[in-house]
This record gives sequence, C-alpha cells and structure tokens, in this order.
Amino acid sequence: MLSRVADSLYWMSRYFERADNAARVLEASYSLILNPAKFSTDERWYRAVTLLAPAAASDGIDAQSALFHLATQPRSASSIVSCISAARDNARQVREEISSEMWEHLNRLFHDVSNSNIEMNDDAAAMRLVQTVREGSYRFHGITDTTMNHGEGWHFIQLGKYIERACDLCLLLDAYFSCDSPADDLDWVGLLTSCAAFEAYCKAFTADLRPERIAEFILLQPDFPYSVRYSLDRMHQALTLVTDLSFSRKTGKIDRLIGRLRSAVAYVQIGEVMRGDLHRYLTDIMDQCRELHAAVHEVYIEYPIEVAFEG
Amino acid sequence: MALPRITFTDLEAPPRHGPAAFSGYEIDRAYDEMFKSAEHPRKQYRELYAHLLNLRPDELRRSKTEADQSFFNQGITFTVYGNDKGTERIFPHDLLPRIITAAEWEVIERGLTQRITALNLFLKDVYHDGKIVADGVVPGNVVYTCKHYRREMRGIRVPRDAYVTVVGTDLIRTPDGKFVVLEDNLRVPSGVSYMLTSRRVMKQIFPALFRKCHVRPIEHYGQALLSTLRSLAPEGRLDPTIVLLTPGAYNSAYFEHAYLARQMGIELVEGRDLVVHDNVVYMRTTFGLQRVDVIYRRIDDDFLDPLVFRANSALGAVGLFNAYRAGNVVFANALGTGVADDKAIYAYVPKIIRYYLDQDPILDNVETLLMSHPLQRAHVCDNLDKYVVKAVGESGGYGMLIGPHSSEQQRVEFRERILAEPRNYIAQPTINLSTAPCFVDGRIEPRHVDLRPYVLYGENTTIVPGGLTRVALRKGSLVVNSSQGGGSKDTWVLQN
Repeated sequence: MLSRVADSLYWMSRYFERADNAARVLEASYSLILNPAKFSTDERWYRAVTLLAPAAASDGIDAQSALFHLATQPRSASSIVSCISAARDNARQVREEISSEMWEHLNRLFHDVSNSNIEMNDDAAAMRLVQTVREGSYRFHGITDTTMNHGEGWHFIQLGKYIERACDLCLLLDAYFSCDSPADDLDWVGLLTSCAAFEAYCKAFTADLRPERIAEFILLQPDFPYSVRYSLDRMHQALTLVTDLSFSRKTGKIDRLIGRLRSAVAYVQIGEVMRGDLHRYLTDIMDQCRELHAAVHEVYIEYPIEVAFEG
Repeated sequence: MALPRITFTDLEAPPRHGPAAFSGYEIDRAYDEMFKSAEHPRKQYRELYAHLLNLRPDELRRSKTEADQSFFNQGITFTVYGNDKGTERIFPHDLLPRIITAAEWEVIERGLTQRITALNLFLKDVYHDGKIVADGVVPGNVVYTCKHYRREMRGIRVPRDAYVTVVGTDLIRTPDGKFVVLEDNLRVPSGVSYMLTSRRVMKQIFPALFRKCHVRPIEHYGQALLSTLRSLAPEGRLDPTIVLLTPGAYNSAYFEHAYLARQMGIELVEGRDLVVHDNVVYMRTTFGLQRVDVIYRRIDDDFLDPLVFRANSALGAVGLFNAYRAGNVVFANALGTGVADDKAIYAYVPKIIRYYLDQDPILDNVETLLMSHPLQRAHVCDNLDKYVVKAVGESGGYGMLIGPHSSEQQRVEFRERILAEPRNYIAQPTINLSTAPCFVDGRIEPRHVDLRPYVLYGENTTIVPGGLTRVALRKGSLVVNSSQGGGSKDTWVLQN
C-alpha cells in the first residue's frame, strides 16, 4: 500500500474518532448542566470546554457560545464540523482505497453537518447535530467493518481509531479525576456516558457508582470498546498484523513501544494507580502514544530513501 | 392535479396527455436527434417517446431529483470557490438519453479507428524522420511551432509506436445528419467517468426502457483500459505495475482519477509518491519501494518532470523523463501528443489520413480557415460575425469567439489578437450543432449537443459503444464545455 494512502486512512479514522469523542462528551455534559447541582453548572461546562478546546476555554468563552463553537464552527479546528470535514478530506485522498459505501456515508454526513446552518442560540438544533454525528459514527464503524477488506488499509484505520480513543479517554479521565471540587453521582454518570459506558458499567458493578471502580472500568476493562485497555489491545493487534505483512521493515522500535504501553495497563491493579499519581499515569500513557505515532510514521510513511535501498 | 397512474391494461389505450409532454418543443434548422418533424420521432426513439408520453408529469421531476441526489452522494461534484464553505455542486446531468443506431455507430467506429491510426503514424513521423514535412504535405512551420510540440521527444522510441493510448474525439452532427469531427483530444482527455456513472444511474431510472431498447453495454471500459495499458509495459516486465498519476484531490477531475483507479484495481499515485533512482521509477509503499512500469498520467506534459519541463511544478517527480527515455517506464499517453490535436494541424488531418493510409477520411472535418494564411485571414477578419474563432493550443472552450453571439467590442478585440498572432488562431463557420430533447425546468426542450466517444489504442483499437453526450444547457447556446455551463447525458448505442 502507498505510504501516503496509509497515512490518509490513519488520519481519516483519527479525525472521525475525534469528532465522535467530542459528540459524546458534549452530549453528556450538556445534559449535566441542565440539572441544578451542588457545584455550579458553569464549572461542569467549563470542564467539557477545557477538555475539547483548551484554547477557547482559556480565552474565557461563555457557555452559550461554547456549544455553538464546539459543535458547528468550521473555523475552529476542534469543532465537530471541522473534524468531520478533516476526516472527509482524508477520505477524498484515498477514494479508490475505501469502499464506495464508506465514502458515501462519510460524504453525506459531512454535507448534513456542514449545511445545518444552526443559529447561535438554537441549542436544540446544535444537540441534534451532535446526535447525528454520534449515530453517524456508529454507522461508519459498521460500514467500514462490513464493506472493506480487512487488510493492511483496514489495520491502519483501526490504529488511527484506537490511538485517538486511548488518548481521548485518558484526557477525559484526567479532567474528571483532577477536579478541585468534589464530584457527585451526576458527574460520574456524566463521565460514564461520555464513554458510552454507563449501561456496561451497571451490568458489571450495578448502579453503585464508586470512583475507583469507574476508573478501573474505563482504564483497565479488557472487554469494553471504550476502555483504554481495549484500545491499546486493538492497537497492538493492528500493528502486529501490519508488521507481519511487511516482513522486510525494521519494526523493532514499534514492537518495543507498543509492548511497553500495553503492559502499563495489562499488569497493573487499580489500587496501585489510584494510590499513586493518576494524572502522571495518564499523561505517561498519552506521551507513549505520541511516541508510538512518531515511530509508525518513521517506519511506514516517511522513511528515508537510503534506508529503503539498504533493505 | 396529478393524473392517475397508468396500469397495465391502459398500455393499449392512447397516451394520456398526448404529445403534451412535448408541447413547446420547437424544431429549428438544426438536425434534431429525436424528431424527424413535430410528433414524428425517429425509429430509434420510439420506445423513449412512448415511455415519456405515458409518464405522469411529476415523475420525470422525481427521477431527476433522485439522479441528482445519487451524483451528489457519490461525490461526483466540483467545488464552487468564493465563499469559505466551498459549496459543492454536481455536474449538470440530463435525464433523457441520446440514442444512436447501430448503423450510425458503425460509421463512427470505423471513422475514429482510421483517424487515430493515422494520427499515431503522424506523431511517430513528426518525432522521427519528418517525412510528411519533407514531402510538403504538412508545412514544417506549422508542425514545429505548435505550442505542444516537444523537441525532447525527438528520436525517442515509444513502445508499439502507440503515442496516443486514450483519445476523446469530439463529434458533432451537422444539419444534414452527418457526424463530423470538431476536435481531437490527444493529451489527457477526461469525462469518461461521467459516461460510466451516468449509465449506472440511468439503469436505475429507466430499467424497462433498457430492456426494450437493447442498449449496448459500456461497463467494460475499465478492463479494456487496463489491458491496453498492460500491453504497453516495457519488455521483460511480465507482471507490470501500472499506476494512475493524478495531480491530487484538488484537481477538478480527481473524482474521475479515483474512479478509474478503483475500476482497474491499480494504485492512484501523486507525484510525491514517486521516487526515481538510477532511471527506475518506484513508488513509496508501506512495504518499501515498489517498481513502477506503466504510468497512466492525468497530468499535462509541462508538469511531469521539473528537471525537463516546468521547473516549478510540484505535481510530477524529478527524473521521470530520464527514466522514460531509458525505456524503464512508459507513459500513456506519450509526451508531445498535443502536436496532433493542435487546431491548425487539425485542418490537415484529412491530408494526413490520405498520406499515411491512402484512404479517404470516413469522418469529415469541419471546414477550417488558417489565420496564418493571408487570404483566409483577410476574409475572416471582414466577416467575424459569421465565424467561430479558436486559439489553436487551447481546449475546454477557452480562448474562443462565437461570431454570431459576440459583441462588437469582442470582435474588435479578437481581430487585434488574430492580427498580432495569426499562427495562434483558426476560424470555422458557425455550425448549428444537432439538438436533442432535454428535461429543463420541468419541460422537455431541445438543446444543442455533441458527442465524445473514447478510443483506446494499443495492441488493438477498442471503442466502447457510447460516449459522453455533452449538452449546452442554456437555451440556444452552442457551447457544451462543462466549464461554460454545459452538462451531460447518457448515450445509448443500440444493438441493431
């Protein structure tokens, strides 16, 4: 597969996941601020905004325009609309590689969200857009898995999706657990819904919401798609399969990085993590993901020509 | 009020609203593709005519919306710049097919094959011995002053002498019903994806008509193109790697490039994916570098290799031309083919056919006056309002004056341009292109059309039966180019 194509597939998938993440977080947070609560709704909203658009948050954006900004502003790089548009731009570069069904779905979703013409104060319309994206994302995953050959390209798509998800989940956990004010049950519901995990958590632990269990579920649960552990396992799988296909490449560094990263979540107990520095633990995972990203780029995408001829 | 739907038993009954569907359909002096005279459709159109008469009035409109939506969702669009949203529009597509009989097609097919064969021989001659110039058939000062003549190609051996692999020839039908050649496109002709995608949509909309009319298939274009490209591979490369070279996703024909690559199952590469090392071309893959043997390039000569042509081009790759000269890679089409579709050379094509093949041209040219010729120039400059004037090296409907539709000011401007650079212009009498019924603004009205069949020239010549019928959607307009408000419609070639 062309290196440029692999790169575009990877980014298409990352941007799509980023849009999906923003949609989930916005939906959960918006429903939170509709409730009267112990600690001010503004603070909860501010948490979501900081998470999704740190720059806008530090500029002191107000709650009303924040939703508008995060959902619909094509000029803001972190908005849902921009992420969908970036995903589509990447898909456009590799139209011959993805299935027509994938392209048509992504293209339609792009036109739906970019032509929505939402007014500044029309929250209901903004939330409808958020929901369209969330559902569109589930559908996209389904279409991708059923209509595309599960070969190299598909593995790069998986890699992009799960590396983005792992990082987004770490950021989300960090935002909820590093809060100064004590979180209440509503917050924990918010966190779980943000990772589409509320029902799955209740099945595992009943609706008894305990911070440590929630952290365990989102970080270490091996079977739940929106957990860090699950994401890292899928990344590992994708990378192993790509490495197997490209027997000639020097992939030692990638093997080492993904192995280390996986063991950080596979051989740890939640008690240790919580007793230690959770913030540092999460930051460390994100740093390693960045390192892994750079290594993949160097081996598969932008390798020096001299290296290629040595091969 | 909508009319009740026709049921099966109604079929024998006279049409519900008679020729009302065609009320307001005016036939003028142009040849009409569908009607011999008002209410008398030509034989090949009878099924379509009956079908249209029996349709509910809103049915065509609904089909139109469906078709447009389908094009839009497939992303067969171009971007309208100017606002920050980058609005996307589909290429206008007309719902009603243009129908060509088997007999008409047979002539077109023979005529095009003859023409392409002669033009390939001409290109080989021009870039090698130049016999045709030495024999005084085509003047050297016309050949060697062509904007697209590439002296870098002199003496280079082209595999199978196939200079032009993919051709899109523009045909028009004159008022007497004859097809004539208006223009040859021998560089990187585009539009074939519209032919293919519009057929798919039409099959969804008019399934019954397809069955009744026995329309010849065109869906094998991809396989035909692939095997033509494969036949060009450098010697000894038994399992050649073929790629399609595109300028990238921002090119207006990008949809077509991606579409064709997918239809053929070959890689769609950009210049930045290619690396030339020791005169061998490679593409950068996740497995390392992979050798490339045949490049179906959709980039103009000028942009292919910054070492030889435009130094500031970032679309091609450094060293491509040397690899080509070394015979390690093949381009389709070859470089420098533009010399044969120069509009001044066009005037000589009938002579070119006689010279190489010793045959009379099967398809005629449009009468063409060369502005480099003093008498012809003087005549045209005095009668600019009667002629179409074209710049010789341009395509896409640019650099053109349509005399009868021009203003005094435009004519003055063109006269000056002609006098300043006579070699750069030709003139043709204004030809009334044939008209075909089109569904415009909820009514069926005649619009002027042309026809661009696609010819593949390799081991043997393949012309898929059909082509792109381009439509001048503005009433009375004679300009069919998509850049100038043109649209397209499906072209049906009948079995018998």
